[in-house]
Formats: sequence, structure tokens, C-alpha cells
Amino acid sequence: MNVFSVVRKRWGSVSPEDNNAKKPDIPTDLLFKCPRCGTVSFSEEFNANGKVCVNCNYHSRLTARERLDITIDKGSLVEFDKGMLSKNPINFPGYEEKQQKLRDRTGLEDAVVTGKCRIRNREVVIIVMDSHFLMASMGSVVGEKITRAFEYATANRLPVIAFTASGGARMQEGIVSLMQMAKTSGAVARHNEAGLLYITVMTDPTTGGVTASFASLGDIIIAEPKVLIGFAGRRVIEGTIKQKLPDEFQSAEFMLENGFVDMIVDRKKMRRTLAHLLALHDSDGGGSV
Amino acid sequence: MNVTASDMLDIIRKKGRPTVNDYIPLIFDDFFELHGDRLYGDDGAIKGGIGYFKGTPVTVIAQVKGRNLEENKASNFGMPHPEGYRKALRLARQAEKFKRPVICLIDTAGAFCGVEAEQRGQGEAIARDIMEFMTLRTPIISIILGEGGSGGALALGVCDELAMLENAIYSVISPRGFASLLWKDASREREAADIMKITASDLKKLGVCDCVIKEPGEGAHTDKEAAAAFIKEYIGAALKRKLKKGLDELLEERYNKFRVIGEFTEADKG
Ligand SMILES: [Zn+2]
Repeated sequence: MNVFSVVRKRWGSVSPEDNNAKKPDIPTDLLFKCPRCGTVSFSEEFNANGKVCVNCNYHSRLTARERLDITIDKGSLVEFDKGMLSKNPINFPGYEEKQQKLRDRTGLEDAVVTGKCRIRNREVVIIVMDSHFLMASMGSVVGEKITRAFEYATANRLPVIAFTASGGARMQEGIVSLMQMAKTSGAVARHNEAGLLYITVMTDPTTGGVTASFASLGDIIIAEPKVLIGFAGRRVIEGTIKQKLPDEFQSAEFMLENGFVDMIVDRKKMRRTLAHLLALHDSDGGGSV
Repeated sequence: MNVTASDMLDIIRKKGRPTVNDYIPLIFDDFFELHGDRLYGDDGAIKGGIGYFKGTPVTVIAQVKGRNLEENKASNFGMPHPEGYRKALRLARQAEKFKRPVICLIDTAGAFCGVEAEQRGQGEAIARDIMEFMTLRTPIISIILGEGGSGGALALGVCDELAMLENAIYSVISPRGFASLLWKDASREREAADIMKITASDLKKLGVCDCVIKEPGEGAHTDKEAAAAFIKEYIGAALKRKLKKGLDELLEERYNKFRVIGEFTEADKG
């Protein structure tokens, strides 16, 4: 298929899985193995580099707290809806226990932190998804908190910045999970109709129902380098076409190439980029024209 | 007789289960098909057009499951590409312009999963439909005829009233996908169907489905004219309910229909 040859030419042809299949297992807490290029580096070095692969610039996953730390003005966060917990809408066996275990392990209540904060002194509503909790799948809590964040922003005429990351729908909540796509997108629609700015920052991985709802609806869509962005799962597609996909398929660069992302921004430049974009949309910007 | 979700899987897969190609001529008069998204192409998985419903002009947007191999080739087994969702949006906006109600007929295992679909922005296309349907200033009635699979179904499911045929299912992922994702075993599809809460009566309890449309006999395949008559009766009643509302009230209710779905507890606010 010529699509693949183009992709391969552009991003190289060796899949990391092939490259590293025979390497022995290594303790994961000391070393970081890049899922994009397969390069192994010391965790210390990787962390010092802002959790970015030193070889290929793949931007690895951050916790919501880490993300907030490097993005917003120190101490400016007023968090919304702390203590909101998902019930078990379709009585999925073991779902409560699974959630509790994850809460204990991650210290998170669910997969998203929302609130009001400042970025270089500009007020903004912020949404940060955290893939360490059930791969930031979208259930009742994720849907409700994001919807409320948009509603708050609309009522208070504030811009919204959403750092998206998600494996997609929360299967354990069945159809209720699917409906969160409509609920969140409805709140985005009202924020949009009010003429307010919404910036999406797609981080690793932004997929499934989140890609097919609020993540793709930003006025401006930013992505971190090399992150995974897509709708369908790679294995599902590989099953359909009976062919292995190149590793670069569904990367941030692939999305930019195809017109679904406005810009790819390095993590170290993200805060300043967001501040500039917020300033550009400030109606009280002080221009003289 | 108690029909389980897995029994319904069998019923909706029965050869001879009516599809939109059967229903459209039985329900609408003078139907004109309108093609293309004006951006890329024309997707055979979504059929759109205009016609009369009992004398009232309406826009119909319908997912096409083929009745035979030839129809399925043309309609990609009812699994739309992004251009299908963009055609749906074009026709919905046109309906808004001419103040025509929109009738969506849903019947899909899901949006197509493929390389080209990703390149052309399957996620964005679905997201855009969901957002814009939420604020479309004309009534929208959606009916699930057989399978309502995932975001690919929801793209036509943001509406003022959602009805399901008695044996139809609506799910976050196909039961097969669910089984393979959570249990790594696609063959446990029937078991998945029975725990996923995907039947019309389950979904009515969860506030997702507003109305269940009766099917004749053992299912719609036993008498397609009768099935079409039940659907027609439902559409007539639903349109009557929605057309008498002001548009602002309609949109507020549409927003809230989805706004209230979700089950969570909150810490006491001090
Ligand atoms: Zn790398």
C-alpha cells in the first residue's frame, strides 16, 4: 500500500518492536525504553529531560500534577469537583474494586483534574487528563467534570485549555461512557457559541471516544511531538487490513500532515506558547489599531 | 418468552432483516437521494436525502446495511468513512436552513476502522457531527434499527428523541469487541452481550433510549411492512411532540437529555 511507503520514507522504516524484541528484560524503574524509537536511557536522564526521549523527542506521559506544575502559574490552581467518584452504572463485575485499587495506587480519584488557574497571569479553565488511571478512559466522572469545566468557563467567559489523553471509552460503564461524548461535546458547543477560546493539547495517547468528541473540537489543536493520536486502535486496523502498520501511523506528525493538528509544540515551549495564544485572543489586548 | 441480549444479536443478524433500503420507500414519499460531502467523496454507508413524511418535507440520514453482497460492497457493510459523517452534517445543515426535521436511521457496527479513515480524520468527523447536531436548530429524531455501535452510531444519535426497535441494540463497542478487549477472547461475544446492558429496555432504564418501537412477530424480518408501519407511527407521534416546541426550548431539552447521563457520587460540599 503506497500510503505506508510514504509514511515509512518520512519517518524511517524500522518498527521498535522488531528492533528490540530480543533484548533482555530490564528493571523499569531504573531505565526508560522509548515506545517510539526503542532507545533505552537511564530514568534519571529521561526525567531530567522532562520525560522526553533523548533520542527521538517522543514526549512521554506525565501525571496530571506534573503537567500542572510545568504549565500553570505556581499556586494558582483552584480545583473543581474534588471527591467526585464514579458509581457502577451497568453493574460491571469488579468495577468498584478496580477503581478503589487504582485510587490507592495513584492517589487520583479518577482520570481528570479540572480547575481554574492562571498562565502567565491570564485566567483560564484547565482540564488535564491522567493516563495513569484506567488509561484515562472516559466514564461518568471524566464526562461530568469536563462538562462542568466548560459550563463554568462559558458562564464566566473564560478560555479553556484541555490536555487530552485517553484510551477511549470506559468499557466498564457501557453506554453511559458513550453518552459522555455527547455530553462533553454539547458543553463545548455552548462555549463555542459564546465566542470563547478553546485550545486542545493532545498528549500521549489521545484516542477513541475522546478523539471523536471534545479533543477534536478545539479552535486550536496542539500536539506534543511523537505522541499517539487516532480514532481506531492500531490492532483493530491491522486486523482489518491484515497488515502491520508502521510505527509512525497515528503519530502527532501524521495528524499534522493530514490536517488535523495545527502545530506540534515541544514540552519546554508549551507554557510560553499557550500564554502567547491566550494573549492573542484577549479582547483587552491593548492594540492601537 | 424472555428474549435476552444475545438472542437479539441473532435476530438483528437474520437474513431478511429489513434495512433502510426497505424502510425508506415504505415510510417516506418522493424520496430524493442527495450525494456527497462536497469535500472528498460520497460514502455509500450513509444514505441521505429529502422526501415527504405524511406530507411534511423531511431530511433523512440513514446508515445502510446491505441486504446482499452487492449492496454491502457499495455500503461497506454499513460502516461509514469520515466523508459519510461529513455528508450527514452537510445535509443536517441544509435541513436547518429549510426548517425541515431530520430523521436519522442508525444501523451500524461502528465507524470504519482503516488507514484512510484515520488519514481523513474519522475522529474529527464524528466529533463535529456530535457537536453540531447538539445545536442544530431543527428537530432531530433518531431511530436505531438493528445495531447501534459506538461513536459511529452516536454521530447520528444526538437528537431530541432516540427510539430503538424492540430487538435493536446500542453499545459503547460491539459485544465482540468488548469480549476481545476485556477478556482477550472475541468468542465470548454472547456472554458480553448479556452483561453490557445494550437492549432497548436496558437503555430506557439508563435514560438513553426514549421509546421502544414494537416489532411484528418474531422480529422485523417476519413482516417488513408491519415493521415499517410501526416506525411510521412512531415518527408521526415524535414529530408532533417536537414540532410544537419552540426551538430554544427544544435545544435546551436536547442538551439536558445528554447532560443528565452519568452516575457518580460527590464529596459533601462544605
Ligand atoms: Zn525515542
